Amino acid sequence: MLKKNLFPRKCKDRALKVFAAAAVAAAVGAMLWILTTVAIRGFSSIGMEFFFNSTRPFGVPGGGIANALLGTLLITAGAALIAVPPAVAAGIWLAEFRDHRQLAALLRFSANVLMGTPSVLVGLFVYMILVVPTGNFSGLAASAALAVIMFPVILRTTEDMLGMVPDALRESALALGMTRTRATLAVVCKSARKGLLTGILLSLSRVSGETAPLLFTAMFSDAWPTGYFSEPTANLPVLITEYATNSPFESMHRMGWGAALTVTVLVLLINLGTRIIFREKHHGH
Amino acid sequence: MLKFDNIFKWFCFGCAALAGLLMLGFFIQLAAAGSEAWRTFGLGFVTSARWNPAEQQFGALPAITGTLATTAIALVIALPLAFAAALFLTEAPPVVGGVLGHAVDLLAAIPSVIYGMWGLFVLAPLMQEHVQPFLADTLGLGGLSFIGTEYNGFGLLTAGLILALMILPYICAVMRDVFIMTPAVLRESAYGIGCTRYEVTIDIVMRYGIRGILGGVFIGLGRALGETMAVLFVIGNVTSMPENLFDSATTIAATLANNFAEADGLERSALFALGLVLLAMSFGIQAAAQYYLHLTGARRGEKC
Repeated sequence: MLKKNLFPRKCKDRALKVFAAAAVAAAVGAMLWILTTVAIRGFSSIGMEFFFNSTRPFGVPGGGIANALLGTLLITAGAALIAVPPAVAAGIWLAEFRDHRQLAALLRFSANVLMGTPSVLVGLFVYMILVVPTGNFSGLAASAALAVIMFPVILRTTEDMLGMVPDALRESALALGMTRTRATLAVVCKSARKGLLTGILLSLSRVSGETAPLLFTAMFSDAWPTGYFSEPTANLPVLITEYATNSPFESMHRMGWGAALTVTVLVLLINLGTRIIFREKHHGH
Repeated sequence: MLKFDNIFKWFCFGCAALAGLLMLGFFIQLAAAGSEAWRTFGLGFVTSARWNPAEQQFGALPAITGTLATTAIALVIALPLAFAAALFLTEAPPVVGGVLGHAVDLLAAIPSVIYGMWGLFVLAPLMQEHVQPFLADTLGLGGLSFIGTEYNGFGLLTAGLILALMILPYICAVMRDVFIMTPAVLRESAYGIGCTRYEVTIDIVMRYGIRGILGGVFIGLGRALGETMAVLFVIGNVTSMPENLFDSATTIAATLANNFAEADGLERSALFALGLVLLAMSFGIQAAAQYYLHLTGARRGEKC
Protein backbone atom coordinates (compact mmCIF):
# COMPACT_ATOMS: atom_id res chain seq x y z
CA MET A 1 0.00 0.00 0.00
CA LEU A 2 2.84 2.31 0.78
CA LYS A 3 4.36 1.59 -2.64
CA LYS A 4 1.12 2.40 -4.39
CA ASN A 5 1.15 5.76 -2.68
CA LEU A 6 4.74 6.52 -3.47
CA PHE A 7 4.72 5.77 -7.18
CA PRO A 8 2.68 8.75 -8.45
CA ARG A 9 4.58 11.06 -6.14
CA LYS A 10 7.88 9.87 -7.52
CA CYS A 11 6.55 10.21 -11.06
CA LYS A 12 5.51 13.81 -10.49
CA ASP A 13 8.85 14.55 -8.92
CA ARG A 14 10.74 13.04 -11.85
CA ALA A 15 8.51 14.86 -14.35
CA LEU A 16 9.20 18.20 -12.67
CA LYS A 17 12.94 17.58 -12.78
CA VAL A 18 12.87 16.69 -16.46
CA PHE A 19 10.67 19.67 -17.27
CA ALA A 20 12.95 22.02 -15.34
CA ALA A 21 16.03 20.81 -17.20
CA ALA A 22 14.15 21.05 -20.49
CA ALA A 23 13.11 24.63 -19.71
CA VAL A 24 16.69 25.73 -19.10
CA ALA A 25 17.80 23.85 -22.21
CA ALA A 26 15.12 25.60 -24.25
CA ALA A 27 16.08 29.06 -23.00
CA VAL A 28 19.82 28.54 -23.43
CA GLY A 29 19.28 26.78 -26.75
CA ALA A 30 17.21 29.66 -28.10
CA MET A 31 19.86 32.11 -26.98
CA LEU A 32 22.60 30.14 -28.76
CA TRP A 33 20.40 29.69 -31.83
CA ILE A 34 19.82 33.43 -32.18
CA LEU A 35 23.44 34.33 -31.58
CA THR A 36 24.84 31.74 -33.99
CA THR A 37 22.34 32.77 -36.68
CA VAL A 38 23.43 36.38 -36.33
CA ALA A 39 27.11 35.41 -36.26
CA ILE A 40 26.97 33.12 -39.31
CA ARG A 41 24.79 35.33 -41.49
CA GLY A 42 26.45 38.53 -40.40
CA PHE A 43 30.01 37.37 -40.77
CA SER A 44 29.88 37.00 -44.54
CA SER A 45 29.14 40.69 -45.12
CA ILE A 46 31.83 42.03 -42.82
CA GLY A 47 35.00 43.43 -44.35
CA MET A 48 37.03 46.58 -44.74
CA GLU A 49 34.50 48.23 -47.01
CA PHE A 50 31.71 47.37 -44.58
CA PHE A 51 33.29 49.25 -41.69
CA PHE A 52 34.77 52.21 -43.54
CA ASN A 53 32.20 53.19 -46.17
CA SER A 54 28.97 55.00 -45.63
CA THR A 55 25.58 53.53 -46.59
CA ARG A 56 24.26 54.06 -50.10
CA PRO A 57 20.70 54.90 -51.13
CA PHE A 58 18.26 52.05 -51.75
CA GLY A 59 19.18 49.96 -54.75
CA VAL A 60 22.71 51.29 -55.16
CA PRO A 61 25.04 48.34 -54.58
CA GLY A 62 28.10 48.45 -52.36
CA GLY A 63 28.72 50.70 -49.42
CA GLY A 64 29.12 49.94 -45.75
CA ILE A 65 27.66 50.91 -42.42
CA ALA A 66 30.34 53.27 -41.13
CA ASN A 67 28.04 56.29 -40.87
CA ALA A 68 25.41 54.31 -38.98
CA LEU A 69 28.00 52.85 -36.61
CA LEU A 70 29.40 56.31 -35.92
CA GLY A 71 25.87 57.68 -35.49
CA THR A 72 24.99 54.96 -32.98
CA LEU A 73 28.15 55.66 -30.99
CA LEU A 74 27.42 59.41 -31.00
CA ILE A 75 23.79 58.96 -29.99
CA THR A 76 24.66 56.53 -27.20
CA ALA A 77 27.48 58.69 -25.88
CA GLY A 78 25.17 61.71 -25.99
CA ALA A 79 22.54 59.79 -24.05
CA ALA A 80 25.09 58.88 -21.38
CA LEU A 81 26.20 62.52 -21.08
CA ILE A 82 22.61 63.69 -20.67
CA ALA A 83 21.42 60.92 -18.34
CA VAL A 84 24.28 60.07 -16.00
CA PRO A 85 24.74 63.28 -13.93
CA PRO A 86 21.08 63.87 -13.06
CA ALA A 87 20.40 60.17 -12.55
CA VAL A 88 23.29 59.75 -10.13
CA ALA A 89 22.28 62.94 -8.30
CA ALA A 90 18.71 61.68 -8.07
CA GLY A 91 19.96 58.37 -6.71
CA ILE A 92 22.01 60.26 -4.13
CA TRP A 93 18.95 62.16 -2.98
CA LEU A 94 16.92 58.97 -2.54
CA ALA A 95 19.70 57.14 -0.72
CA GLU A 96 21.37 59.89 1.32
CA PHE A 97 18.80 62.54 2.19
CA ARG A 98 16.13 60.58 3.98
CA ASP A 99 14.08 63.37 5.49
CA HIS A 100 11.05 63.09 3.19
CA ARG A 101 10.21 59.41 3.27
CA GLN A 102 6.83 59.57 1.59
CA LEU A 103 8.02 61.83 -1.19
CA ALA A 104 11.00 59.54 -1.70
CA ALA A 105 8.71 56.51 -1.88
CA LEU A 106 6.58 58.27 -4.48
CA LEU A 107 9.60 59.17 -6.61
CA ARG A 108 11.00 55.67 -6.26
CA PHE A 109 7.68 54.33 -7.46
CA SER A 110 7.75 56.74 -10.41
CA ALA A 111 11.22 55.59 -11.34
CA ASN A 112 10.17 51.94 -11.17
CA VAL A 113 7.16 52.62 -13.36
CA LEU A 114 9.30 54.63 -15.78
CA MET A 115 11.66 51.66 -16.06
CA GLY A 116 8.79 49.54 -17.30
CA THR A 117 7.34 52.14 -19.65
CA PRO A 118 7.46 50.89 -23.25
CA SER A 119 10.34 52.48 -25.14
CA VAL A 120 8.09 53.28 -28.08
CA LEU A 121 6.19 55.71 -25.82
CA VAL A 122 9.46 57.36 -24.86
CA GLY A 123 9.94 57.91 -28.58
CA LEU A 124 6.51 59.55 -28.89
CA PHE A 125 7.15 61.71 -25.83
CA VAL A 126 10.51 63.01 -27.03
CA TYR A 127 9.05 63.52 -30.50
CA MET A 128 6.49 65.84 -28.93
CA ILE A 129 8.88 67.81 -26.75
CA LEU A 130 11.97 67.98 -28.99
CA VAL A 131 11.21 67.13 -32.62
CA VAL A 132 7.97 69.09 -33.01
CA PRO A 133 9.23 72.37 -31.43
CA THR A 134 12.57 72.36 -33.30
CA GLY A 135 10.96 71.22 -36.52
CA ASN A 136 13.48 68.52 -37.38
CA PHE A 137 14.58 65.05 -36.45
CA SER A 138 18.01 64.92 -34.90
CA GLY A 139 20.58 62.71 -33.26
CA LEU A 140 20.28 64.92 -30.19
CA ALA A 141 16.58 64.07 -29.85
CA ALA A 142 17.53 60.40 -30.10
CA SER A 143 20.11 60.87 -27.34
CA ALA A 144 17.45 62.54 -25.20
CA ALA A 145 15.07 59.62 -25.77
CA LEU A 146 17.71 57.07 -24.80
CA ALA A 147 18.60 59.25 -21.81
CA VAL A 148 14.97 59.10 -20.63
CA ILE A 149 15.21 55.30 -20.78
CA MET A 150 18.54 55.24 -18.94
CA PHE A 151 17.57 57.73 -16.25
CA PRO A 152 15.39 55.51 -14.01
CA VAL A 153 17.70 52.52 -14.40
CA ILE A 154 20.78 54.44 -13.25
CA LEU A 155 18.75 56.16 -10.53
CA ARG A 156 17.64 52.87 -9.00
CA THR A 157 21.04 51.16 -9.21
CA THR A 158 22.71 54.23 -7.72
CA GLU A 159 20.28 54.20 -4.83
CA ASP A 160 20.75 50.48 -4.24
CA MET A 161 24.53 50.70 -4.42
CA LEU A 162 24.73 53.68 -2.06
CA GLY A 163 22.36 51.87 0.27
CA MET A 164 24.94 49.12 0.65
CA VAL A 165 27.60 51.53 1.90
CA PRO A 166 27.82 51.10 5.69
CA ASP A 167 26.65 54.05 7.79
CA ALA A 168 29.89 53.96 9.77
CA LEU A 169 31.66 55.28 6.69
CA ARG A 170 29.30 58.26 6.42
CA GLU A 171 29.61 59.02 10.09
CA SER A 172 33.40 58.82 10.05
CA ALA A 173 33.57 61.20 7.11
CA LEU A 174 31.26 63.69 8.83
CA ALA A 175 33.18 63.32 12.08
CA LEU A 176 36.33 64.35 10.27
CA GLY A 177 34.59 67.63 9.60
CA MET A 178 33.73 67.09 5.97
CA THR A 179 30.68 68.83 4.62
CA ARG A 180 27.76 66.63 3.67
CA THR A 181 28.49 67.21 -0.02
CA ARG A 182 32.10 66.19 0.25
CA ALA A 183 31.32 63.19 2.44
CA THR A 184 28.76 62.01 -0.08
CA LEU A 185 30.83 62.51 -3.19
CA ALA A 186 34.34 61.74 -1.96
CA VAL A 187 33.58 58.94 0.49
CA VAL A 188 30.19 57.33 -0.05
CA CYS A 189 30.08 57.54 -3.85
CA LYS A 190 33.71 56.67 -4.14
CA SER A 191 33.37 53.52 -2.12
CA ALA A 192 30.39 52.48 -4.24
CA ARG A 193 31.98 53.46 -7.54
CA LYS A 194 32.15 49.97 -9.00
CA GLY A 195 28.47 49.47 -8.41
CA LEU A 196 27.65 52.85 -9.91
CA LEU A 197 29.75 52.11 -12.97
CA THR A 198 28.04 48.74 -13.36
CA GLY A 199 24.62 50.36 -13.34
CA ILE A 200 25.68 52.97 -15.88
CA LEU A 201 27.31 50.48 -18.24
CA LEU A 202 24.45 47.98 -18.07
CA SER A 203 21.93 50.69 -18.86
CA LEU A 204 24.19 51.80 -21.72
CA SER A 205 24.27 48.29 -23.13
CA ARG A 206 20.52 48.15 -22.87
CA VAL A 207 19.88 51.36 -24.78
CA SER A 208 22.55 50.95 -27.44
CA GLY A 209 20.43 48.36 -29.22
CA GLU A 210 17.18 50.20 -28.56
CA THR A 211 15.28 50.82 -31.77
CA ALA A 212 11.70 51.97 -31.30
CA PRO A 213 12.42 55.46 -29.89
CA LEU A 214 14.93 56.15 -32.67
CA LEU A 215 12.22 55.71 -35.30
CA PHE A 216 10.56 58.87 -33.97
CA THR A 217 13.69 60.87 -33.21
CA ALA A 218 16.82 60.05 -35.21
CA MET A 219 15.11 58.58 -38.28
CA PHE A 220 17.77 57.56 -40.78
CA SER A 221 20.00 59.07 -43.42
CA ASP A 222 22.72 57.92 -45.76
CA ALA A 223 24.94 60.87 -44.81
CA TRP A 224 27.70 60.92 -42.23
CA PRO A 225 26.37 62.02 -38.84
CA THR A 226 27.58 65.62 -39.16
CA GLY A 227 24.11 66.98 -38.49
CA TYR A 228 23.83 65.37 -35.08
CA PHE A 229 22.18 68.46 -33.61
CA SER A 230 19.75 69.30 -36.37
CA GLU A 231 19.35 66.56 -38.97
CA PRO A 232 18.22 62.95 -39.20
CA THR A 233 21.16 60.85 -38.06
CA ALA A 234 22.18 57.43 -39.32
CA ASN A 235 22.18 54.66 -36.72
CA LEU A 236 22.46 50.88 -36.70
CA PRO A 237 19.13 49.78 -35.20
CA VAL A 238 17.05 51.77 -37.69
CA LEU A 239 19.34 50.61 -40.49
CA ILE A 240 18.61 47.01 -39.54
CA THR A 241 14.88 47.68 -39.47
CA GLU A 242 14.90 49.45 -42.83
CA TYR A 243 17.10 46.93 -44.58
CA ALA A 244 15.31 43.90 -43.20
CA THR A 245 11.69 44.95 -43.67
CA ASN A 246 11.52 47.55 -46.41
CA SER A 247 14.00 46.20 -48.90
CA PRO A 248 13.57 43.53 -51.56
CA PHE A 249 17.33 43.35 -52.23
CA GLU A 250 19.23 40.31 -51.03
CA SER A 251 22.40 42.39 -50.73
CA MET A 252 20.67 44.76 -48.32
CA HIS A 253 19.44 41.86 -46.21
CA ARG A 254 23.07 40.74 -46.00
CA MET A 255 24.13 44.21 -44.92
CA GLY A 256 21.34 44.12 -42.36
CA TRP A 257 22.73 40.90 -40.90
CA GLY A 258 26.19 42.45 -40.80
CA ALA A 259 24.78 45.45 -38.94
CA ALA A 260 22.90 43.09 -36.62
CA LEU A 261 26.13 41.28 -35.83
CA THR A 262 27.86 44.62 -35.14
CA VAL A 263 25.11 45.76 -32.75
CA THR A 264 25.01 42.40 -30.99
CA VAL A 265 28.77 42.34 -30.49
CA LEU A 266 28.70 45.93 -29.21
CA VAL A 267 25.89 45.24 -26.75
CA LEU A 268 27.23 41.92 -25.51
CA LEU A 269 30.75 43.30 -25.12
CA ILE A 270 29.54 46.05 -22.82
CA ASN A 271 27.18 43.71 -21.01
CA LEU A 272 29.59 40.82 -20.42
CA GLY A 273 32.49 43.15 -19.71
CA THR A 274 30.46 44.85 -17.02
CA ARG A 275 29.38 41.61 -15.43
CA ILE A 276 33.01 40.52 -15.16
CA ILE A 277 33.88 43.77 -13.39
CA PHE A 278 30.94 43.24 -11.08
CA ARG A 279 31.97 39.70 -10.27
CA GLU A 280 35.42 40.90 -9.29
CA LYS A 281 33.75 43.14 -6.79
CA HIS A 282 31.99 40.18 -5.20
CA HIS A 283 35.26 38.30 -4.89
CA GLY A 284 36.83 41.33 -3.25
CA HIS A 285 34.33 41.28 -0.41
CA MET B 1 30.10 75.83 3.19
CA LEU B 2 26.74 75.02 4.68
CA LYS B 3 25.14 77.03 1.93
CA PHE B 4 26.87 74.89 -0.69
CA ASP B 5 25.54 71.83 1.08
CA ASN B 6 22.05 73.16 0.67
CA ILE B 7 22.57 73.85 -3.01
CA PHE B 8 23.82 70.30 -3.51
CA LYS B 9 20.86 68.90 -1.67
CA TRP B 10 18.38 70.90 -3.70
CA PHE B 11 20.15 69.97 -6.92
CA CYS B 12 19.87 66.30 -6.02
CA PHE B 13 16.24 66.76 -5.08
CA GLY B 14 15.53 68.48 -8.38
CA CYS B 15 17.03 65.55 -10.25
CA ALA B 16 15.02 63.07 -8.22
CA ALA B 17 11.88 65.08 -8.86
CA LEU B 18 12.58 64.59 -12.58
CA ALA B 19 11.42 60.99 -12.18
CA GLY B 20 7.99 62.13 -11.05
CA LEU B 21 7.84 64.96 -13.57
CA LEU B 22 8.73 62.63 -16.45
CA MET B 23 5.98 60.27 -15.37
CA LEU B 24 3.45 63.11 -15.31
CA GLY B 25 4.87 64.53 -18.53
CA PHE B 26 4.22 61.28 -20.37
CA PHE B 27 0.56 61.32 -19.47
CA ILE B 28 0.10 65.02 -20.17
CA GLN B 29 1.92 65.04 -23.50
CA LEU B 30 0.24 61.94 -24.85
CA ALA B 31 -3.19 63.11 -23.67
CA ALA B 32 -2.67 66.54 -25.20
CA ALA B 33 -1.37 65.22 -28.52
CA GLY B 34 -4.22 62.74 -28.77
CA SER B 35 -6.94 65.16 -27.66
CA GLU B 36 -8.29 65.62 -31.18
CA ALA B 37 -8.95 61.90 -31.52
CA TRP B 38 -10.54 61.71 -28.07
CA ARG B 39 -12.80 64.65 -28.94
CA THR B 40 -13.80 63.12 -32.28
CA PHE B 41 -14.42 59.56 -31.17
CA GLY B 42 -14.87 59.84 -27.44
CA LEU B 43 -14.57 56.62 -25.48
CA GLY B 44 -15.85 54.81 -28.56
CA PHE B 45 -12.25 55.01 -29.74
CA VAL B 46 -11.38 52.13 -27.45
CA THR B 47 -14.33 49.95 -28.50
CA SER B 48 -14.47 50.60 -32.22
CA ALA B 49 -12.88 47.95 -34.44
CA ARG B 50 -12.61 50.07 -37.56
CA TRP B 51 -9.26 51.60 -38.46
CA ASN B 52 -9.52 53.15 -41.87
CA PRO B 53 -7.37 56.18 -42.69
CA ALA B 54 -9.15 56.71 -46.01
CA GLU B 55 -12.47 57.27 -44.22
CA GLN B 56 -10.82 58.99 -41.24
CA GLN B 57 -12.26 56.29 -38.99
CA PHE B 58 -10.02 55.21 -36.16
CA GLY B 59 -10.79 52.58 -33.55
CA ALA B 60 -8.31 51.05 -31.15
CA LEU B 61 -9.92 47.67 -30.63
CA PRO B 62 -7.89 45.64 -33.18
CA ALA B 63 -4.60 46.95 -31.80
CA ILE B 64 -5.70 46.43 -28.20
CA THR B 65 -6.87 42.90 -28.98
CA GLY B 66 -3.59 42.12 -30.72
CA THR B 67 -1.62 43.48 -27.79
CA LEU B 68 -3.57 41.46 -25.25
CA ALA B 69 -3.54 38.31 -27.39
CA THR B 70 0.23 38.32 -28.03
CA THR B 71 0.86 39.11 -24.37
CA ALA B 72 -1.39 36.26 -23.27
CA ILE B 73 0.31 33.78 -25.62
CA ALA B 74 3.72 34.93 -24.44
CA LEU B 75 2.77 34.55 -20.78
CA VAL B 76 1.20 31.11 -21.24
CA ILE B 77 4.41 29.88 -22.85
CA ALA B 78 6.96 31.77 -20.77
CA LEU B 79 5.47 31.37 -17.31
CA PRO B 80 5.85 27.59 -16.81
CA LEU B 81 9.22 27.65 -18.56
CA ALA B 82 10.50 30.52 -16.41
CA PHE B 83 9.20 28.86 -13.26
CA ALA B 84 10.86 25.54 -14.06
CA ALA B 85 14.07 27.18 -15.23
CA ALA B 86 14.27 29.25 -12.04
CA LEU B 87 13.75 26.10 -10.02
CA PHE B 88 16.51 24.28 -11.90
CA LEU B 89 18.91 27.20 -11.53
CA THR B 90 18.38 27.59 -7.78
CA GLU B 91 18.68 23.86 -7.10
CA ALA B 92 21.58 23.13 -9.43
CA PRO B 93 25.18 23.06 -8.15
CA PRO B 94 26.45 26.66 -7.88
CA VAL B 95 28.87 26.46 -10.81
CA VAL B 96 26.34 24.97 -13.23
CA GLY B 97 23.60 27.24 -11.96
CA GLY B 98 25.82 30.30 -12.26
CA VAL B 99 26.91 29.63 -15.83
CA LEU B 100 23.45 28.67 -17.05
CA GLY B 101 21.94 31.59 -15.13
CA HIS B 102 24.20 34.00 -16.97
CA ALA B 103 23.30 32.28 -20.23
CA VAL B 104 19.59 32.79 -19.56
CA ASP B 105 20.26 36.41 -18.58
CA LEU B 106 21.96 36.92 -21.94
CA LEU B 107 18.55 36.44 -23.56
CA ALA B 108 17.55 39.71 -21.93
CA ALA B 109 20.64 41.47 -23.23
CA ILE B 110 20.01 40.72 -26.91
CA PRO B 111 18.45 43.84 -28.49
CA SER B 112 14.84 43.48 -29.55
CA VAL B 113 15.60 44.36 -33.16
CA ILE B 114 17.81 41.26 -33.33
CA TYR B 115 14.90 39.15 -32.11
CA GLY B 116 12.82 40.79 -34.81
CA MET B 117 15.28 40.01 -37.54
CA TRP B 118 15.71 36.43 -36.35
CA GLY B 119 11.95 36.10 -36.20
CA LEU B 120 11.52 37.45 -39.71
CA PHE B 121 14.20 35.40 -41.44
CA VAL B 122 14.39 32.25 -39.31
CA LEU B 123 11.34 31.71 -37.13
CA ALA B 124 8.59 32.84 -39.51
CA PRO B 125 9.66 30.55 -42.38
CA LEU B 126 10.05 27.72 -39.89
CA MET B 127 6.55 28.35 -38.54
CA GLN B 128 5.12 28.44 -42.04
CA GLU B 129 6.80 25.30 -43.31
CA HIS B 130 6.80 23.08 -40.27
CA VAL B 131 5.08 24.24 -37.10
CA GLN B 132 1.84 25.62 -38.44
CA PRO B 133 1.18 22.76 -40.91
CA PHE B 134 1.92 20.36 -38.07
CA LEU B 135 -0.51 22.07 -35.72
CA ALA B 136 -3.25 22.64 -38.27
CA ASP B 137 -3.06 19.53 -40.43
CA THR B 138 -1.15 16.76 -38.72
CA LEU B 139 -2.71 17.31 -35.31
CA GLY B 140 -5.97 18.34 -36.94
CA LEU B 141 -6.30 21.43 -34.76
CA GLY B 142 -7.15 23.53 -37.82
CA GLY B 143 -10.80 22.69 -37.29
CA LEU B 144 -10.82 24.66 -34.04
CA SER B 145 -12.08 28.15 -34.72
CA PHE B 146 -9.34 29.89 -32.73
CA ILE B 147 -6.53 28.19 -34.64
CA GLY B 148 -7.51 28.35 -38.29
CA THR B 149 -6.27 26.62 -41.40
CA GLU B 150 -4.70 29.49 -43.26
CA TYR B 151 -1.20 30.45 -42.30
CA ASN B 152 1.79 32.26 -43.73
CA GLY B 153 4.25 32.17 -40.87
CA PHE B 154 3.37 35.61 -39.58
CA GLY B 155 0.73 36.49 -37.04
CA LEU B 156 -0.23 36.32 -33.39
CA LEU B 157 1.31 32.94 -32.61
CA THR B 158 4.74 33.77 -34.04
CA ALA B 159 4.79 37.13 -32.28
CA GLY B 160 3.71 35.48 -29.03
CA LEU B 161 6.50 32.92 -29.30
CA ILE B 162 9.16 35.57 -29.76
CA LEU B 163 7.72 37.62 -26.91
CA ALA B 164 7.80 34.53 -24.71
CA LEU B 165 11.53 34.18 -25.35
CA MET B 166 12.08 37.85 -24.61
CA ILE B 167 10.20 37.98 -21.30
CA LEU B 168 11.40 34.61 -20.02
CA PRO B 169 14.69 35.92 -18.56
CA TYR B 170 12.91 38.75 -16.71
CA ILE B 171 10.35 36.47 -15.08
CA CYS B 172 13.03 33.87 -14.40
CA ALA B 173 15.25 36.44 -12.65
CA VAL B 174 12.47 37.58 -10.31
CA MET B 175 11.49 33.99 -9.53
CA ARG B 176 15.07 33.02 -8.75
CA ASP B 177 15.22 35.82 -6.21
CA VAL B 178 11.97 34.64 -4.68
CA PHE B 179 13.07 31.00 -4.50
CA ILE B 180 16.34 31.92 -2.84
CA MET B 181 14.38 33.92 -0.28
CA THR B 182 12.41 30.89 0.94
CA PRO B 183 13.90 30.12 4.36
CA ALA B 184 16.00 26.97 4.26
CA VAL B 185 14.37 25.84 7.52
CA LEU B 186 10.96 25.61 5.86
CA ARG B 187 12.30 23.67 2.93
CA GLU B 188 14.37 21.33 5.03
CA SER B 189 11.49 20.62 7.39
CA ALA B 190 9.39 19.61 4.42
CA TYR B 191 12.10 17.29 3.15
CA GLY B 192 12.43 16.02 6.69
CA ILE B 193 8.84 14.78 6.82
CA GLY B 194 9.35 12.97 3.54
CA CYS B 195 8.13 15.41 0.89
CA THR B 196 9.41 14.98 -2.63
CA ARG B 197 11.03 17.88 -4.41
CA TYR B 198 7.81 18.36 -6.40
CA GLU B 199 5.80 18.72 -3.22
CA VAL B 200 8.31 21.06 -1.64
CA THR B 201 8.20 23.23 -4.76
CA ILE B 202 4.44 23.41 -5.06
CA ASP B 203 3.44 23.45 -1.39
CA ILE B 204 6.31 25.33 0.21
CA VAL B 205 8.35 27.42 -2.21
CA MET B 206 5.45 28.51 -4.38
CA ARG B 207 3.14 29.23 -1.46
CA TYR B 208 5.82 31.19 0.31
CA GLY B 209 6.79 33.25 -2.69
CA ILE B 210 3.45 33.60 -4.44
CA ARG B 211 3.47 37.38 -4.22
CA GLY B 212 6.96 37.60 -5.64
CA ILE B 213 5.95 35.26 -8.42
CA LEU B 214 2.99 37.53 -9.16
CA GLY B 215 5.39 40.48 -9.22
CA GLY B 216 7.52 38.61 -11.74
CA VAL B 217 4.46 37.86 -13.84
CA PHE B 218 3.54 41.52 -13.93
CA ILE B 219 7.10 42.52 -14.87
CA GLY B 220 6.96 40.07 -17.77
CA LEU B 221 3.50 41.32 -18.72
CA GLY B 222 4.72 44.90 -18.84
CA ARG B 223 7.62 43.93 -21.09
CA ALA B 224 5.40 41.98 -23.46
CA LEU B 225 2.78 44.73 -23.71
CA GLY B 226 5.15 47.41 -24.86
CA GLU B 227 7.59 45.43 -26.97
CA THR B 228 7.76 47.00 -30.41
CA MET B 229 10.43 45.84 -32.80
CA ALA B 230 10.31 42.07 -32.33
CA VAL B 231 6.55 42.13 -32.76
CA LEU B 232 6.60 44.58 -35.66
CA PHE B 233 8.73 42.22 -37.75
CA VAL B 234 6.56 39.15 -37.42
CA ILE B 235 2.97 40.12 -36.65
CA GLY B 236 1.99 41.01 -40.20
CA ASN B 237 0.73 44.53 -39.38
CA VAL B 238 -2.89 44.22 -40.41
CA THR B 239 -5.21 46.63 -38.66
CA SER B 240 -8.29 44.47 -38.42
CA MET B 241 -9.69 42.19 -35.77
CA PRO B 242 -7.69 38.94 -35.70
CA GLU B 243 -9.91 35.87 -35.96
CA ASN B 244 -7.52 33.15 -34.91
CA LEU B 245 -4.01 32.45 -33.69
CA PHE B 246 -2.53 32.23 -37.19
CA ASP B 247 -4.06 35.53 -38.29
CA SER B 248 -1.94 38.53 -39.05
CA ALA B 249 -2.73 41.32 -36.63
CA THR B 250 -1.09 44.31 -35.01
CA THR B 251 -0.34 45.57 -31.53
CA ILE B 252 -0.47 49.10 -30.18
CA ALA B 253 3.30 49.45 -30.19
CA ALA B 254 3.64 47.98 -33.68
CA THR B 255 0.90 50.27 -35.03
CA LEU B 256 2.73 53.28 -33.60
CA ALA B 257 6.06 52.30 -35.13
CA ASN B 258 4.56 51.26 -38.45
CA ASN B 259 2.15 54.12 -39.17
CA PHE B 260 3.64 57.13 -37.45
CA ALA B 261 5.91 58.35 -40.24
CA GLU B 262 3.14 58.62 -42.83
CA ALA B 263 0.37 59.77 -40.52
CA ASP B 264 -0.84 63.32 -40.09
CA GLY B 265 -3.88 65.18 -38.85
CA LEU B 266 -6.51 63.02 -37.22
CA GLU B 267 -4.58 59.79 -37.79
CA ARG B 268 -1.54 61.10 -35.97
CA SER B 269 -3.75 62.24 -33.14
CA ALA B 270 -5.34 58.78 -33.06
CA LEU B 271 -1.88 57.25 -32.82
CA PHE B 272 -1.12 59.41 -29.80
CA ALA B 273 -4.44 58.34 -28.31
CA LEU B 274 -3.34 54.72 -28.83
CA GLY B 275 -0.11 55.62 -27.08
CA LEU B 276 -2.09 56.90 -24.12
CA VAL B 277 -4.02 53.63 -23.95
CA LEU B 278 -0.75 51.70 -23.91
CA LEU B 279 0.69 54.02 -21.28
CA ALA B 280 -2.35 53.53 -19.05
CA MET B 281 -2.14 49.73 -19.44
CA SER B 282 1.56 49.66 -18.71
CA PHE B 283 1.17 52.02 -15.75
CA GLY B 284 -1.48 49.77 -14.21
CA ILE B 285 0.66 46.69 -14.66
CA GLN B 286 3.82 48.32 -13.32
CA ALA B 287 1.92 49.60 -10.31
CA ALA B 288 0.66 46.07 -9.63
CA ALA B 289 4.16 44.65 -10.08
CA GLN B 290 5.60 47.19 -7.63
CA TYR B 291 2.84 46.45 -5.15
CA TYR B 292 3.49 42.70 -5.12
CA LEU B 293 7.27 43.02 -5.14
CA HIS B 294 6.99 45.54 -2.31
CA LEU B 295 4.88 43.06 -0.34
CA THR B 296 7.52 40.33 -0.68
CA GLY B 297 10.21 42.81 0.23
CA ALA B 298 8.29 43.80 3.36
CA ARG B 299 7.77 40.16 4.23
CA ARG B 300 11.44 39.44 3.87
CA GLY B 301 12.13 42.33 6.18
CA GLU B 302 9.91 40.80 8.86
CA LYS B 303 11.50 37.39 8.69
CA CYS B 304 15.10 38.41 8.81
